[in-house]
Amino acid sequence: MTIRVENLTKIYGPQKAVDNISFELKKGQIVGFLGPNGAGKSTTMKMLTGFIPPSSGNAYIDNINVEEQPLITRSRIGYLPEHNPLYLDMYIREYLRFMAEINNVKNPKKRTEELIELTGLTLERKKKIGQLSKGYRQRVGLAQALIHNPDVLILDEPTSGLDPNQIGEIRKLILEIGSEKTVLLSTHIMQEVEAICQRTIIINRGKIVADAATTELGKRNDTDIVIYVEFSKEISESDLRKIPEVKNVSKGSQPNSWHINTTESQSCKIALNKLIAGVGGYILEQKEEKQSLEDIFQKLTRNVDDL
Amino acid sequence: MWTIYKKEIRSFLSSLIAYVVIAVFLIVTGMFTWLFKDTSVLDSGYANLDPLFSIAPIIFIFLVSAITMRSFSEERKSGTIETLTTRPVSDMSIIMGKYFAGLTLVLFSILPTLLYYYSVNKLSINPEQTGIDKGATLGSYIGLLLLGAVYVAIGTFASALSDNQIIAFLLSMFLCFFFFIAFDFLSDLEFLKNSDFSTEWLGINYHYRSISKGVADTRDLIYFLSLTILFLGFTKFIFGSRKW
Repeated sequence: MTIRVENLTKIYGPQKAVDNISFELKKGQIVGFLGPNGAGKSTTMKMLTGFIPPSSGNAYIDNINVEEQPLITRSRIGYLPEHNPLYLDMYIREYLRFMAEINNVKNPKKRTEELIELTGLTLERKKKIGQLSKGYRQRVGLAQALIHNPDVLILDEPTSGLDPNQIGEIRKLILEIGSEKTVLLSTHIMQEVEAICQRTIIINRGKIVADAATTELGKRNDTDIVIYVEFSKEISESDLRKIPEVKNVSKGSQPNSWHINTTESQSCKIALNKLIAGVGGYILEQKEEKQSLEDIFQKLTRNVDDL
Repeated sequence: MWTIYKKEIRSFLSSLIAYVVIAVFLIVTGMFTWLFKDTSVLDSGYANLDPLFSIAPIIFIFLVSAITMRSFSEERKSGTIETLTTRPVSDMSIIMGKYFAGLTLVLFSILPTLLYYYSVNKLSINPEQTGIDKGATLGSYIGLLLLGAVYVAIGTFASALSDNQIIAFLLSMFLCFFFFIAFDFLSDLEFLKNSDFSTEWLGINYHYRSISKGVADTRDLIYFLSLTILFLGFTKFIFGSRKW
């Protein structure tokens, strides 16, 4: 029940869509595959599922090479492709039944009903897929990926285009089923990995730029803390810069408010207190702005030539 | 393969394609066989089904192209090809499932015309003893089915080439037409005329007519089967090329 990727590369013409990436996923992990659009997330997933072959490198599911024995590895993967393609003129039941049979499920009829129940499609079960809203279609896509009870789930942007309630429901579903499976899900939404993934792999321009536990990822860049402070009186920028702990200063949205970058928040706050007390003013508001995963993401995936 | 086959048949039925194809085929062949003065069996004076067997290959050019044009084009356009090909099924079973579904539709369009056979036989002077030429008619039916088999293979191939159904349709029509009759015209060209090898032999029509005489010639059978296998092979090649 593992996914292993070794030096996987995909070249389209002059462009390296995926550039020599390696990682390994163990059983029971939900791993977020994070990256901006066009970073190579989908391409990697397509290679894992055997839809396209890699230009070089290997992908393994349970130590079986995806290219050498595709029929075995495919039967162990549940795959929700990007944009969730479905046969719109089929009925939900008809479609799931078809997917069950094509996956060689033993009792397709029973399994179809189970999945309809599990994915919350019971009320819609008599409709054609084309009549469903996007959220329900996504559930059908997920039901299709789960129908043969695969060990490995590969979900390409499972929540894109859904409203907040639907996103919550899909996430809950993934969390429920993810505990005994290996799940790789791609997204470009940072909150998503924070919400459900134990581990995050950030990919940019085909290269892995970070691979760590999601909580670790947040801590890693904590060295740089931003303090937001609002004074009652005017303080010049040069005065602020004189404080040794202050690394950088930028103006805030309110009058006399500042964003201050520092590495040592404690002594910096004391210095700020002293400074304002020296001119007879007060600190009206002060808060630490924790670096979110979003900032880290932006930092890591900012393109080199944009700097 | 049979899962795909079942799905294709269901989609033919639910999208009404099956009914329309069968109805159109029967109406057009029916009119040529019974109604139009120039071709009608009733006016010809012979107890045979020649009008049916001469018009059917032409109608099938349109109908088979219409049946097969969506088989791969639609899957590619809607992206469902990705869900399908990442399931534990081989490319060949996908192709064969779709191919046999198309062929089944052709078979079911031809089947009701057995009623024509019955009618003409009843109308003949001596139905019990001589009646309709049974050998020739059986040969013609086999020929028509084999021709359908080639057409469906051509149509499937055309559909694998493009994700645009209209292009697939036109391409399929062109290829069917070309293989059916073009070699007959080409063989009339001056520079192809004198060769010992008859250009006509390459076309479907030559073999179709040959089988229609009621002579089961293995060369004709082999011709039809090879052409079918050739186009299914091309389809596999094109379908596999997504991986390049």
